[in-house]
Amino acid sequence: MWEYTDKVQQHFLQPQNVGEIENPSGTGDVGSLSCGDALKLTLKIENDVITDAKFKTFGCASAIASSSILTEMVRGLRVDEAAKITNEDIAAALGGLPKEKMHCSVMGREALEAAIADYRGVPLPAAEGELICECFGVTDVEIKRAITESHLRSVEDITNFTKAGGGCGKCLGHLQEILNETLNEVSPIPVVPVVKKRMTTLQKIKKIEEILESEVRPGLKKDGGDIELVDVDGDTVIVSLSAASGRSGATIELVELKLRERVLNTLLVEEEEK
Amino acid sequence: MADYPVIYMDNNATTQVAPEVFEAMTPYLTELYGNPSSMHTFGGQVGEAVKKARQQVATLLGAYPDEIIFTSCGTESDSTAVLSALRSFPEKRHVITSQVEHPAILNLSESLEVMTGRRYRVTALKVDSTGMIDLKEYEDALSDDTAIVSMMWANNETGNIYPVKEMAQMAKERGILFHTDSVQAVGKVPINLAEVAVDFLSMSGHKLHAPKGTGILYVRRGTPYVPFLAGGHQEGGRRGGTENVASIVALGKACEMAGARMEEENTRVKALRDRLEAGLLQSVPQSILNGNRENRLPNTTNISFEMVEGEAILLHMNLYNICASSGSACTSGSLEPSHVLRAMGVPFTAAHGSVRFSLSAYNSEEEVDFVLGKMPGIIETLRAMSPFWKG
Repeated sequence: MWEYTDKVQQHFLQPQNVGEIENPSGTGDVGSLSCGDALKLTLKIENDVITDAKFKTFGCASAIASSSILTEMVRGLRVDEAAKITNEDIAAALGGLPKEKMHCSVMGREALEAAIADYRGVPLPAAEGELICECFGVTDVEIKRAITESHLRSVEDITNFTKAGGGCGKCLGHLQEILNETLNEVSPIPVVPVVKKRMTTLQKIKKIEEILESEVRPGLKKDGGDIELVDVDGDTVIVSLSAASGRSGATIELVELKLRERVLNTLLVEEEEK
Repeated sequence: MADYPVIYMDNNATTQVAPEVFEAMTPYLTELYGNPSSMHTFGGQVGEAVKKARQQVATLLGAYPDEIIFTSCGTESDSTAVLSALRSFPEKRHVITSQVEHPAILNLSESLEVMTGRRYRVTALKVDSTGMIDLKEYEDALSDDTAIVSMMWANNETGNIYPVKEMAQMAKERGILFHTDSVQAVGKVPINLAEVAVDFLSMSGHKLHAPKGTGILYVRRGTPYVPFLAGGHQEGGRRGGTENVASIVALGKACEMAGARMEEENTRVKALRDRLEAGLLQSVPQSILNGNRENRLPNTTNISFEMVEGEAILLHMNLYNICASSGSACTSGSLEPSHVLRAMGVPFTAAHGSVRFSLSAYNSEEEVDFVLGKMPGIIETLRAMSPFWKG
């Protein structure tokens, strides 16, 4: 269950200014059924002052509450003042929204912007951008704006605020690029995975024999012992030890250390069962 | 909200613990705290209680007691069954499931490489507009490379019942292991594993009036099995960990009650569901039933109210303390509506406004009538606000 503020609850349960103004001065129609939320905002403007605002919203509690409070906020404002309202202002007026619901406040700001553009008879800047998220129809212009205005720092933030990337996820890489570009940050240095050293069994056997001969056997022989390679099964090296002092356990560990260091760091050395 | 008593119609999410179940389990949280593995009589009597519970579960499922493994939840049972099959046949690299599975299977099937270190080909069977699968597509998907089939017995959102008996038989004839996630089906429809050739069956206690935190994995005698939790000798070495005794006793009692209530579930509860469903479809214009009307659980109905959004509906219902669920995007925390409704191709106009009511034996006719009295007004209020509603 979402944690909604009392203000959100209040505007959801008793929404203000529901409806549609007849012959509006400006109309903002944003969102769609497929997106899961949509808002139609109609404004009545006289002498450049918004005298009435009404809304119709399809969506969840926070979408309805955002729309309702938006109509209250713009009533009585001059158009140029109303144009300065950001989605952060809408969310703040509601006492905050859960971060996954911030896109509802963005929808409010978009509808207001569209209605004002409609009143002024100018095209919307967002409509000119390049479509990035096909699932929710979000353009790069909208994404960049959200990043700057709401100080977004991750792709997840972008999805919470604009919905971009919340569908099929195909554009997530693109969103990261836009984020990096907008923040003027260099992409992080990609982590290069450590390439696992691969050896064929034959190579392993040869190398192990070589190391045993040159670096292990001489030391053992000095104490009257010896070592023979019995088998190599994957990374398991089986040897037979004839230790003079009966300290074969310690010897096995030393052989393993040596072979790991000189041949392959995943080797396990076991003594042949007698 | 305090003015209205709770009307709980969200029993596919979880159920209330039956008073009889609670009564049966409490001694094992108080005086009977022994370890069932202990040698002394004090612990031994607790072992007897676990044994009785195992028998009660086996009776409900038509299984042998030694085929029942107690787990912590349905999800653990699902993971155990699927991963056991993959470990038993590491050379087989194909898994069959469906697009409408619970996330416990859906997300597991997408994580097999991470879990096993091997790559798998996964066939997720498609569904039609009523949510049913095509047995021909299933038959064609079965191959020598298939390690396991995992098909839910009944769907949690629509209540649809799948032809598990036929599907299990088809797999068996090809020597392929079969698992069924029966979390929603057990206790709501009769299950007799003596007649259904599944190798594994998962169920969960809290869906049938036992507490949360208990589950069952049924493993047929003779089915190869690799434990998920290695450890002590509990559950015959098939699932390590000291038994959650009180909850196991509760689950046993709940299974016994479910068996006794099976007829009521399929008559009285079904009649309540039908009354609610028919009433809503009739009183609310442009409301659509999701799922397969003939072939589904007796307690579930999933209805879409077009042009309104599910979270908004649920929060209005919440004012009257009516509890249900929705497949809308906003309730899931994701931005897309339920994967089940999308797989069925339910249009967006309806998917966002879907509400699932799931009843139990604790619901009454008065409650159904109260809900029927409130829903049309709620939908009307929200539609009056919707820019898409041209009523």
